[in-house]
Amino acid sequence: MELTDSRDIKASPREVWEAITDAAVLKDCIPGCQELTGSPEEGFEAVVTQKVGPVKATFKGQVTMTDIVPGESCTISGEGKGGAAGFAKGGAKVRLEEIPEGTRLSYDVEAKVGGKLAQLGSRLIDGFAKKMADQFFDRFKERVEGGAPAEDTATPEPDTAPSGEDTSDKKGWLNRLRG
Amino acid sequence: MPKDGGIGAATKRREDVRFLTGRGRYTDDINLHNQTYAYFLRSEVAHGRITSLDTAAAEAMPGVVRVFTGKDFEGVGGIPCGWQITDRFGEVMQEPAHPVLAQGKVRHVGDPIAVVVAESLSQARDAAEAIDLDIEELPAAIDMKAALSEGAPKVHDDLKNNLCYDWGFVEDNRDAVDEAIRGAAHVTTLELVNNRLIANPMEPRVAVGDWNPGTDDYTLYTTSQNPHVIRLLMGAFVLGIPEHKLRVVAPDVGGGFGTKIFHYAEEAFCTFAAKQVRRPVKWTSSRSEAFMSDAHGRDHVTKIELALDADNNFVALRSQTHANMGAYLSTFAPSVPTWLHGTLMAGNYKTPLIYVNVKAVFTNTVPVDAYRGAGRPEATFQIERVVDKAARELGVDPVELRRQNFITEFPYATPVAVEYDTGDYHATMDKLLEIIDREGFDARAEDSRSRGKLRGLGIAHYIEACGIAPSNLVGQLGARAGLYESATVRVNATGSISVMTGSHSHGQGHETAFPQVVADMIGIDASQIDIVHGDTANTPMGMGTYGSRSLAVGGSAMVKATQKIIDKAKKIAAHLLEASDSDIELKDGKFSVAGTDKSVAWGDVTLAAYVPHNYPLGEMEPGLEETAFYDPSNFTYPSGAYACEVEVDPETGKVTVLGFVAADDFGNVVNPMIVEGQVQGGVAQGIGQALMEGAAYDENGQLLTGSYMDYAMPRADDVPMFHVDHSSCTPCTHNPLGVKGCGEAGAIGSPPAVVNAVIDALQRGGHTGVTHIDMPLTPSRVWQAING
Repeated sequence: MELTDSRDIKASPREVWEAITDAAVLKDCIPGCQELTGSPEEGFEAVVTQKVGPVKATFKGQVTMTDIVPGESCTISGEGKGGAAGFAKGGAKVRLEEIPEGTRLSYDVEAKVGGKLAQLGSRLIDGFAKKMADQFFDRFKERVEGGAPAEDTATPEPDTAPSGEDTSDKKGWLNRLRG
Repeated sequence: MPKDGGIGAATKRREDVRFLTGRGRYTDDINLHNQTYAYFLRSEVAHGRITSLDTAAAEAMPGVVRVFTGKDFEGVGGIPCGWQITDRFGEVMQEPAHPVLAQGKVRHVGDPIAVVVAESLSQARDAAEAIDLDIEELPAAIDMKAALSEGAPKVHDDLKNNLCYDWGFVEDNRDAVDEAIRGAAHVTTLELVNNRLIANPMEPRVAVGDWNPGTDDYTLYTTSQNPHVIRLLMGAFVLGIPEHKLRVVAPDVGGGFGTKIFHYAEEAFCTFAAKQVRRPVKWTSSRSEAFMSDAHGRDHVTKIELALDADNNFVALRSQTHANMGAYLSTFAPSVPTWLHGTLMAGNYKTPLIYVNVKAVFTNTVPVDAYRGAGRPEATFQIERVVDKAARELGVDPVELRRQNFITEFPYATPVAVEYDTGDYHATMDKLLEIIDREGFDARAEDSRSRGKLRGLGIAHYIEACGIAPSNLVGQLGARAGLYESATVRVNATGSISVMTGSHSHGQGHETAFPQVVADMIGIDASQIDIVHGDTANTPMGMGTYGSRSLAVGGSAMVKATQKIIDKAKKIAAHLLEASDSDIELKDGKFSVAGTDKSVAWGDVTLAAYVPHNYPLGEMEPGLEETAFYDPSNFTYPSGAYACEVEVDPETGKVTVLGFVAADDFGNVVNPMIVEGQVQGGVAQGIGQALMEGAAYDENGQLLTGSYMDYAMPRADDVPMFHVDHSSCTPCTHNPLGVKGCGEAGAIGSPPAVVNAVIDALQRGGHTGVTHIDMPLTPSRVWQAING
């Protein structure tokens, strides 16, 4: 699956570039990210918890930055193993372009899954990947523009998840309704 | 006829009592003392090189007994293939190694890499997550035609390419067929897909391996359609265990549909590992695992051309198919697109010239092998679709075009190497038309139209070759096994009978139908007869159940053995009655001297056989037990006419099957109720293939239809009430029962009937541009066809 989109960010390309290569910023913006350590030069180690359809897993893996043209473009790639849940890999080609309002960040994202994720969740992957990318870049925009990162809404709401979701979410959702 | 039901009685299935009340004993019900549990770590990528595999952390996990990898199987044989095809250039097929556990490379999602054996299944599963595995993913060969192109990723590095074989049949006819097609008055061409299916028997596969340290004997309990075949393949080719040291038991088996014929890595693993860990090892497939480790079915891509003369006589047929083998050759995979498919390409028609070309292709997908009908559905679908299309192109009635070209004289030697012994295709077609009320169709179509729906009627006629045999013939065709069947009839002292059969029942009702035959022959109550099957320790060497062969081949062996019993019992009776054995008659379980009122009962004779006080010991051995092996002289050729009536909703593309009629000729019928059930089940699977089922891989080789969320199985409300008729009867001429086999017919004849019906509905509805839609005819595909 592949998707292309862009965000206009009210900040200079230099500020955007610094943010996108900052481990702390990435950690805040990657949906479901529990841990992220490392540097753009050496690569990052990440732990991300996500739920795709009926499959929930913690992915451990590497995030690397390649094709770096400082201030202009880079490719961010990640590959995570989720144990019995399978694997996910993906990449985003990011380009920065100066515009009157600040910076236009354009990206091409591709994502690939395997194992149980593909077997049980393949129908949901396209929508899921789009959602992940949207959330990442929305949060990134907010973060760079100075706002606090958005709430972690990465786990799909139960009403949008298909049958097979685990019941703890359902309970939480019900409780929220009651609360 | 015995009061409990002989040949022809619709006796209720006695085995259903235990199946329906939870008292069946399936392989998963078998739990051995001190057993361990195996969990298979499988490949998540379609093609890759294992760059590191470290099991140390997993070995240290709680409850882990041992972790096995491909290394443990170096020096152990691979999974063998049971059929070798010779291609059209006289070369034998390319046959890759098929390791029990991956040796350096993985070749499909689901390919087993390592196995954790632990005290519990959850401990085994947890430990499998701790296996440190790195795989370098390689480009995968998924699409068959792309896999044959220059530079395509090779599934097996040591083979020349991904072409298993390029088979031509009958190769000598190739030029004549080409010429006939060039010179024909009309040629109808159709390109079609026979969709890849996943069998999904209700019971997933299970294996329990056991080894006895005192005797060095092995026992494997497994979900198999043919325990002796597994014993032979696994014992001789994989593990090197002599047959007398290996017992294979296939107890109650909850459906097979072909996918439980084959010898699988998990069976070999559990048997092997039981000795290694000196404890029983059990593996139970999860449903998710079944999707990516049970052999799949069908998956042919075909171009067929039918040439007709100016009078609409069929003059030639040319069929070119790409057949998917998957990543490895499953047990009988090479035979399915060739001998089980090419030999049926005459169908019911006297087409004089036929040429079939099949290219079998390796891809990075689950192995593909026989599934209900195996090759014959693929043949029938092509023929019956192209004949229907030809009728439409020529503006003639599809029924009349079929009738005009029907074979009417028997025996009939087809141009594709088989000889049909009997049949009456006009009779089955007449029967079908009598039932379906074709005259009333227009009124029914009008009714549908008034509700905004399009109604269509599809007709198909099929032939199949059942009772797979004879051994000397299949041997010439490349089979590495004989295809006879066996039976031992053991008469007990008090007259009850145990029949040990080499056939295997996994839904076919042998425990009911087989006693009906013996009861009929001897004239005792069927309740006095039990069938023993599924255990190599107490049944004679048998080839098992597939290809609708049980009654035609296994039943014939039983008839032969029973006849030997009767012959010997008559001699005992003659001695007791002080008469000549040529004067002894057996009727209703009583031996009498012809023309007198002197008689002895069955039980008196059987008791004398085992308590031989008054017995001709000088002339005959005591006891009453006989074994027979039966190797038939030909296949059997059931045939039938099928009709399907559908309604298509043009707004959504949804197809509703309103009615389905099957008019079959199975030869003689032993239990009509069981036959009807077999046809209904087959038709339900055929409707599933036509409208719903289809296994799909993405371009990377990930299985997209890996659960019931994405693989649509037909449910009760997807199939109509069936009308099944088998009153047309031309008995088989070469087996003693005159039976032909009925297990696969429904799955063979129904897909073209359903698709013909949908095309008919669309054509009648004015969508005249729609001449074909590939299966499954999902609402989306039908809607797209309607809307261009």
